[in-house]
Amino acid sequence: MSSNWDWQMYCRTTTEQTVADHCLGSGGDITYLQWLMSAWGWTLSVSVLGLLVALVVGALIGILRTVPDRRLAMVGEVWTEFFRNIPLLVQLFLWYHVIPGIFPALKAVPAFALVVVGLGFFTSARIAEQVKAGINTLPRGQRFAGLALGLTLPQTYRHVILPMAFRIVIPPLTSESMNIVKNSAVAFAVGLAELAQYAQQVSEESSHFEEVFIPVTLLYFLSAFAINRLAGFIEKRVRVPGILGAK
Amino acid sequence: MSQLDFSFLTWDVIQNYVLKGFFFSVELTLVAMLGGIVLGTVLAMMRLSGKPWLEKPAAFYVDTLRSIPLVMVILWFFLLIPKLLGPLGAETSALITFTLFEATYYSEIMRAGIQSVSKGQVHAGFALGMTYGQSMRLVVLPQAFRNMLPVLLTQTIVLFQDTSLVYAVGAHDLLKGFETAGKNFNRPVETYLVVACIYLGICLSLSQLVRRLQKKIAIIR
Repeated sequence: MSSNWDWQMYCRTTTEQTVADHCLGSGGDITYLQWLMSAWGWTLSVSVLGLLVALVVGALIGILRTVPDRRLAMVGEVWTEFFRNIPLLVQLFLWYHVIPGIFPALKAVPAFALVVVGLGFFTSARIAEQVKAGINTLPRGQRFAGLALGLTLPQTYRHVILPMAFRIVIPPLTSESMNIVKNSAVAFAVGLAELAQYAQQVSEESSHFEEVFIPVTLLYFLSAFAINRLAGFIEKRVRVPGILGAK
Repeated sequence: MSQLDFSFLTWDVIQNYVLKGFFFSVELTLVAMLGGIVLGTVLAMMRLSGKPWLEKPAAFYVDTLRSIPLVMVILWFFLLIPKLLGPLGAETSALITFTLFEATYYSEIMRAGIQSVSKGQVHAGFALGMTYGQSMRLVVLPQAFRNMLPVLLTQTIVLFQDTSLVYAVGAHDLLKGFETAGKNFNRPVETYLVVACIYLGICLSLSQLVRRLQKKIAIIR
């Protein structure tokens, strides 16, 4: 560990390396503090948008895997196996290098959108797993009861199965939402200016890496904790009284 | 749509670029698995020891490492290890990092495994005159391992996928091997496609094996 800390670096501008009058920058120059905050913003926005994509796609795929139609269920299984068995880093390279390489029209899509989709689809496979498990823990009788009452299959899902299943899967989804913040760090590899990329680049520029890594690590802690609290709040609000209280 | 051309991927290219990286990925997975399970079991036993001076440090270690992105852990260790142990290179640094990091995941699995063995078994061990260590080693751990074997192996598949993140420190693994070949032959699209298929193939077949093993264990029990 270095004995002489250099926390003043956060007030220096990234271009001139001079100490700015104002740590939040003045005029056209940005300070390292501003760079760090912008990196944090990228991490949070990629995580939140990725989580949204993952929740929507994951719920659809999870439902698909439980429908009676074998072919539809198979589509869900293939989707899950595909996105679960390739490392996230390689998946991001597929989105970033391979797909625009095969379809040149997609070259204009910004890295941010590709990371959101890549991270979202990767996580959707895990969410689909939870949603499928949640639906399968419901007694089969509930489905039959819905169908016996004359509901169509989509109606049975909408009014009988899903209201229960979604509430069952929220606790595992809380940990998944923390994972997505951690996984978003992989986006450094495609050059997105998020926290891990900031850490790597700025620690190379400056002689001390601790001053760079400690705030970044703390911001990851903070982000994961905040998302955890948010998910915990939602979990409390939608809990079914009595039935799932013991779970 | 542009044309894909895989013809540059001859045996020579694979031998020169990919094999070394592939063996390193496998080595990293195996070392981190074995080291991680040993260290993880120790951590799990510390957390279940009932002694605060053992419990607290183990819980702190596990909870801290698990809440930091693996990429950051890899970068932290890559910069800290040379300061503590001298220059070691990206590969050795990765071996140490993954062992220490994966231990936290294996320790949670082993903790569940140890807790899955009924208390009566430990008491029976004590009644036979065994010490704590003996009843752990001869009675509890063998059953805990057996109960948790499928989960330990599933975690190892995740570990194998995670090894690709040594990309952050430029270690020469399976992904890096293909990437270098892709750059040298100006065929990045094809190499990324092939490496994705290789990861997919390996992880799919391993998870099928684990599933089969799970059924086998379930029948015997």
